[in-house]
Amino acid sequence: MNKEVIIIGGGVAGMQCAISLAEMGVKPTIIEKSDKLGGKLNDWYKLFPTFTSASEVLNPLKDMINELGVDVKLSSEVTKLEPKSVTLADGTTMSADAIVICSGFEVFDARLKEEYGYKIYDNVITSVDLERMFCEGSVQNLDKNSPSRIAILHCVGSRDEKVCQTHCSRVCCVAGVKQAIELKELYPKSEIFNFYMDIRMFGCGYEELYKEAQIKHNIHFVRGRISEAAQTIDSKIQIKSEDTLIGRPLKMTVDLLVLMVGMSAGKSNNSFATTDGINLNTSGFISPKNIFTECVSSDVDSIFYAGTVTAPKNIGESITEGVAAAHKVAKFIKL
Amino acid sequence: MARNNSWQEYQKDIADDKYFYVRSCIRQNFFPGSERVFLNILRNDLGLDVKEEAIHTSCTGIGYHSDIVPLETIMAVVARQFALMTEAGYENFISSCITSFGIYTEILETWHEFPETEERAREDLYKATGRVFNKPKNLAHTSDIIFHHREKIAQKAKFRLINSKTGEPLKVVDHIGCHYAKLFPKKGVGGSEFPYVIAGMVDSWGGDIIDYPERRHCCGFGFRNYLVKANRGSSVANSQKKFESMAPYKPDLIVGNCPGCSMFLDKWQYTIHEIEGVAYGENNRGIPTLTYEEMAGLVLGYNPWDMGMQMHQIDVEPLLDKMGVNYDPAEKYLGVNGEYIGRPEDASINTNCY
Amino acid sequence: MSWGYTINRARDIDMDRNDMTISKLILEKIPSLQGCIACGACVATCSTGALTKYSLRKVHTLVRRGEYSGLLDELNKCMLCGKCQLVCPRGINTRAVISLIKRELGDHR
Repeated sequence: MNKEVIIIGGGVAGMQCAISLAEMGVKPTIIEKSDKLGGKLNDWYKLFPTFTSASEVLNPLKDMINELGVDVKLSSEVTKLEPKSVTLADGTTMSADAIVICSGFEVFDARLKEEYGYKIYDNVITSVDLERMFCEGSVQNLDKNSPSRIAILHCVGSRDEKVCQTHCSRVCCVAGVKQAIELKELYPKSEIFNFYMDIRMFGCGYEELYKEAQIKHNIHFVRGRISEAAQTIDSKIQIKSEDTLIGRPLKMTVDLLVLMVGMSAGKSNNSFATTDGINLNTSGFISPKNIFTECVSSDVDSIFYAGTVTAPKNIGESITEGVAAAHKVAKFIKL
Repeated sequence: MARNNSWQEYQKDIADDKYFYVRSCIRQNFFPGSERVFLNILRNDLGLDVKEEAIHTSCTGIGYHSDIVPLETIMAVVARQFALMTEAGYENFISSCITSFGIYTEILETWHEFPETEERAREDLYKATGRVFNKPKNLAHTSDIIFHHREKIAQKAKFRLINSKTGEPLKVVDHIGCHYAKLFPKKGVGGSEFPYVIAGMVDSWGGDIIDYPERRHCCGFGFRNYLVKANRGSSVANSQKKFESMAPYKPDLIVGNCPGCSMFLDKWQYTIHEIEGVAYGENNRGIPTLTYEEMAGLVLGYNPWDMGMQMHQIDVEPLLDKMGVNYDPAEKYLGVNGEYIGRPEDASINTNCY
Repeated sequence: MSWGYTINRARDIDMDRNDMTISKLILEKIPSLQGCIACGACVATCSTGALTKYSLRKVHTLVRRGEYSGLLDELNKCMLCGKCQLVCPRGINTRAVISLIKRELGDHR
């Protein structure tokens, strides 16, 4: 019984799917385009809502992959997908009895929101940049001993037709709250303002974290979307929004503006969707067979999904889908 | 100042030559030499073909935006302008006004999206005048044309946007006007957030463009708003917001893209000083406010008084002195035939010390 | 010279110019006020709000932005019945908030 299962993408969903399959006796192959396993989690510092180090989640997964001897092909990109085979960038074709697409999402390119001046003004950064700076231990141009004012803008590249992102990326709300708390702890004299349209605390412990940010850490929440950011003569950032709870425009100058960049559909989704039975939704994520009962299945019998390839998800949900997809695969290949 | 090249993502097609030119209705009053300077630069300095028809009209944009001229009417007027271009054998339509440019752009887009409106305009025009028209192959604002030829102008420059005493680049504020790129960002060089049409000229001619926080803010013209006296306070307030925001950068000059904005940014400085006693610019004498043609003309060595710069509210002499431009103060109030045209009374911000 | 008009003042909340001293002091004394999630239950149930424009939600949000003008008069409309406290899902001691803001804005001086 030598069944071949290919897993496209070695992030948390792909790793968990491979682990679950290997535990059931299948030897899956992970095809990962970058040079290491772990996907975006490699770039995160601590995870909401518990402030667990990203490595505490990633390392056990990596250890399991090694322990179970899962075949991993790094720096390999799938260029062509067929129901029972994939073709890689180097031209090799690999056949499989089942394929699980775990290719994840792309971080929204904040430069598309020109009015925020990302990559133009030094003191406009993204939430992804901030994670990297947390890993490095300090945030650019902020001084621990002097007060600073920081704005965190939610929904950059989410719920925004102007940049073809009609969906809610879900996790940025709580990520923005988490980063606000981390900033406050690193820079206790700073004043932090989160600009939001809705605060969507969908996960266990998220709402509690939000309340803690407000009351314990004195983070200010302003309901309104920043309409533009501009650099002042002393390289600070002037922002404008409406305080919609008051009904008046509001402006302030901040030392740092953090853009909570959303999840965009994976770049490879378009090429996957050239295969019959694989369809994209309006924001470019892949639509599963049925969002209630078949959320890890496609309309192609041998192709399955796990993780953010189908919609924005948090880490726990992505890992759960890895397990679910493994189960569906096992049933399909009549393990 | 943050430098960026994002404007390069907003490249629009601009024709190289053979332009059909339509004027603004108000510029000849406020910046009376600018349009003639434009024609001289194109025809004499650059050797280009520009056609102008004496029988062209206002685009009626001011009436349109003031709720006086209906959409069907303005479409027929625009159709007639295009008919004049077609009859003259031209395909590249250039307009000397941002309001008009916005009108032409929007109407072409409307005709594209709703072809029945184009049919109606063709029918209205034919019934009223017997004329037919082709749509322009290329539509541009006249500042786009100067931008397009900015390097050639730089090669012929007699003066640069540099302080001749210190060698430092002059600090220039640009104001591109809402209807240049906010309606259709891809129809404007550089888009609406980091406009480059005037900034590109300034870069090529040696100056430094200032990206100040309220750079994108409307001047407050707004047609209905400033036309009604009771609303004029909000018009001025918008310009004031810009002056307050640009003041820390100590700009040497403001360059306007749009007739209304240039007029406002020049004249409201006086209004604000009269009403509130606040003056901007060096020595509280105001910030000289130019049109892009005047800026190009100074660079090419045109006589400022021939360009009508004595008609500005804010004296331009401090700028001329910085650039090292030679001018005869005695000529300032002499008209075309050397005839004395009269000297305005002293204004609080502009006390005729030049 | 009469111009027939004056220059309009900007109506934006200018967080660079507003004096946040009172705002900070109030939040230090009653941190739970920051926990407001703007549900509006306090306003919905308010006896005064049913008859006037008084809105506790709006008043304390203005205070938190450093905008104090006219708020004392607004808060004087409150009858301190306590129903807002009963309905607040975040458990904010609204009567204490009202009293504190009034005191800091000059009442009882």
